[in-house]
Amino acid sequence: MNKYLKNFKNGVIDENPTFVLLLGMCPTLGTTSSAFNGLSMGLATTAVLILSNFLISLIKNLVPDMVRIPSYIVVIASLVTILQMVIKAYAPEVDKSLGLFIPLIVVNCIILGRAEAFAAKNGPVESIFDGIGIGIGFSLALTLLGAVREFLGAGAIFGITLQGENYGMLLFVLAPGAFLALGYLIAIVNKLRSK
Amino acid sequence: MEYVLIFITAIFVNNIVLSQFLGICPFLGVSKKVSTASGMGLAVTFVLTLATIVTYLIQKFVLDPNGLAYLQTIAFILVIAALVQMVEIILKKVSPSLYQALGVFLPLITTNCCILGVAILVIQKDYNLLQGVVYAVSTALGFFLAMVIFAGLREQLAMTKVPKAMNGMPIALITAALLSMAFMGFSGVDGGLKILFGLD
Repeated sequence: MNKYLKNFKNGVIDENPTFVLLLGMCPTLGTTSSAFNGLSMGLATTAVLILSNFLISLIKNLVPDMVRIPSYIVVIASLVTILQMVIKAYAPEVDKSLGLFIPLIVVNCIILGRAEAFAAKNGPVESIFDGIGIGIGFSLALTLLGAVREFLGAGAIFGITLQGENYGMLLFVLAPGAFLALGYLIAIVNKLRSK
Repeated sequence: MEYVLIFITAIFVNNIVLSQFLGICPFLGVSKKVSTASGMGLAVTFVLTLATIVTYLIQKFVLDPNGLAYLQTIAFILVIAALVQMVEIILKKVSPSLYQALGVFLPLITTNCCILGVAILVIQKDYNLLQGVVYAVSTALGFFLAMVIFAGLREQLAMTKVPKAMNGMPIALITAALLSMAFMGFSGVDGGLKILFGLD
């Protein structure tokens, strides 16, 4: 059990995909205009990550080494297509706000990266826990970034107004705010880690 | 005139990197030197244009007539991966000098989300083939422009003293934020052009 917990902690803290490894930057910047959008993107990616880690660790011995990467991509793309249909059917408003970034989960380097670095070398159960850990680390980072941007930009978090709406700096909801907020968050994480 | 509008909108108003957040990985990853940044920009321009044409034809002549539109994501990513591989092989044979310039960047392009993103956007926006190609080329030029400007800024940045916690990625992101703010100055230009060309 201890080993699984270690995989889990590794993903959330030591190898946090956003703040430490700096992977998957496109959805990180593109979908965090509010805390809710960040969280839904994080959860969507987590779902794909857990399933792809599990499936890839099952098929790793069946796939010849030469065509490894293309077959992983097909597995991931199929999962993303299923997810896309599920989101369209049950959460149309999420589909509308994330838009193009749902099919783009396929090219999120975190997923292929974990498949190659972890699932291809470990058993199915460990791979699931690795997926959960990394997925939660990614979701937390996106939610945090989304919350910071929503608070500074619109004075609210998860749509709950915390300060008068007139105090929002619109810039933080727009494109430059994404770069700015992420830059400062990584700097803060760097400072905390160096202690 | 319509093509001029697509061209200017894609490069300046809706810049693929600075306002749509596609292709951030190479934008942050290979932008330390102007020479490598322009190499990456060229490689993306090349592949993006080719990939858009091929995926457009596949969507219109293979997926749509057979009711397979839901296979879009899988089909497109496979086509792009195969295309990149093919371009690499052909370049190696035909033009070794160009291969030397672009070779390192080509494998990275498969997982560059701006290729898949633009391929899907062209279908979503319901462009015809010529509009799609103009859109792809101008998007790629926008990517090239953003890469080269950003690399130029980072070359200067490497010589300045930065607080320790801000070193590396944080200061690069903040520079990108300033660049993105500068590009915000173009917003509204597309509306003005529409009136000017009488397209409204």
